[in-house]
Amino acid sequence: MFSAYIDKQFPLISAYLDIMRIRFLMMMAYRVNYYSGIVIYAINIGAYYFLWKAIYGENETLNGISLVQMTTYVAVSWMARAFYFNNLDREIAAEIRDGSVAIQFIRPYKYLMVKIMQGFGEGIFRLLLFTTPGMVIVTLILPIELPKDPAIWALFMVMLFFSFLINSQINIMTGLCAFFIENNEGMMRMKRVVIDFCSGLIIPITFFPGWAETVLKFLPFQAITYLPGSVFMGTVGGKMIFTVLGIQVLWFVLLSAAVFQIWRLARRRLFVQGG
Amino acid sequence: MIYATLVMDYFKNYLKTRLTYRLDFWIEVLSDLLFNYMNLFFILVVFEHTALLDGWNRAEVVFIYGYFMVPYGVFICFFNLWGFAEKYIVKGEMDRILTRPANNLFQLSLENMDPASLFGSVVGAIIMIVAWAQLDMPVLWHDPFMLLLMILGSIMIYAGVYVALTAIAFFSDSPTGILPLIWNIQNYGRYPVSIYNKIFRILLTWVLPFAFVGFYPAAYFLDRENLSVMALLTPAVGVVFLTIGLTLWNMGVKRYRGAGS
Repeated sequence: MFSAYIDKQFPLISAYLDIMRIRFLMMMAYRVNYYSGIVIYAINIGAYYFLWKAIYGENETLNGISLVQMTTYVAVSWMARAFYFNNLDREIAAEIRDGSVAIQFIRPYKYLMVKIMQGFGEGIFRLLLFTTPGMVIVTLILPIELPKDPAIWALFMVMLFFSFLINSQINIMTGLCAFFIENNEGMMRMKRVVIDFCSGLIIPITFFPGWAETVLKFLPFQAITYLPGSVFMGTVGGKMIFTVLGIQVLWFVLLSAAVFQIWRLARRRLFVQGG
Repeated sequence: MIYATLVMDYFKNYLKTRLTYRLDFWIEVLSDLLFNYMNLFFILVVFEHTALLDGWNRAEVVFIYGYFMVPYGVFICFFNLWGFAEKYIVKGEMDRILTRPANNLFQLSLENMDPASLFGSVVGAIIMIVAWAQLDMPVLWHDPFMLLLMILGSIMIYAGVYVALTAIAFFSDSPTGILPLIWNIQNYGRYPVSIYNKIFRILLTWVLPFAFVGFYPAAYFLDRENLSVMALLTPAVGVVFLTIGLTLWNMGVKRYRGAGS
């Protein structure tokens, strides 16, 4: 059997997959909590729709984006957030603070890999039970234009996966800061604010004033929401799509290196508070 | 008088716990201010692309946002009982509160208070003053009193709504997810309600009256002719919702039987 072969050759892979599956099942057990989440996101999308409608006023387009495209962007950005969002930073910080991270060090698997897989299990759960039904509901209520080309859908899925990876990497880095400053609650809060704003969830990056737009183009946050969102709403097309995907891959590689460095430094600094 | 000493003692306690992690404390204050700044920045960016938002100009919308921040900061400081169900009901901490002589809600409010959020109120007040100056509005002799009355009304609305929602924990111990839902909706009270459709408008005005924690009371000073009636309802709505909240709370406390085991 194929799975038996994998088990034998790469024992850890099946362990990681199991970790992902367990997190998925854990989320399933508490799925009732998520129904209100869909309502929250739908309300957010609705409110931003009315806000943008008022901003557009008489204008057909702003910055080359029509109201329908903007609505599509807002909807898909919020629903994508439901998928890539996770609390890895909080989980890691909590494990560092109560010292259970020490046990994780002596286990044969890679701690950060476990965290990513847990986050992915959660992401898959949200994609199936939150993002997909949410997107269907919102499309029925609001004037949204979904891409017709299946290739765009496929590409968007790939980009969404990178959104998840990059967001998780930033979360992991924030969480690992608990090694260096004992209480990183404030940092985690700040990170959340910065990601929502700088990733283009609240306003597409091209709407920012020139200087801010330039700054944001050199930061990784745009790769989380703005880039996949603009492919989905259709303002980025043709060959530009590969540039955009390239930016995501580049940030993924750069952040991987950064995470690895921080992780190396952090392990030397481990001390446990309380007992 | 005992209550005044309690406030002082709880405040000292708060300072001691928070300043243990001093760096974190300041980062948290900074992140809250950053959050407010980003909301403001959003408004500024929006007005780069349009001159009017449903007939309101930039300074007016900024003024509304400044107002919104003032009662919000006070609310977060005293009435933010996030996590009440897990901490006080499931773990039975409520027993400890109820065996003490001081009023239970008062104790809870002080135990969970977060004076750092008052920085936000101060910033909000500054924003209001700046916008007021930009708008060239007259300052009438009774305006400061009206402003205080409005802010008081808005705080009562927050307190009423959130005390009522927190009281749900006494009746049902399963997490309902309703709190984050309401938390989200309140943010939309800081824009002119006329931009929303009818359902949103009725929801924000009468069901969850968050239009009264931002738009209506602020509009009293911006458009005295058309909106002062709605604005003057703010304290009345506050009294109604606070009464509902406290009634539900007291009913809930009577039902409380401890966590068992």
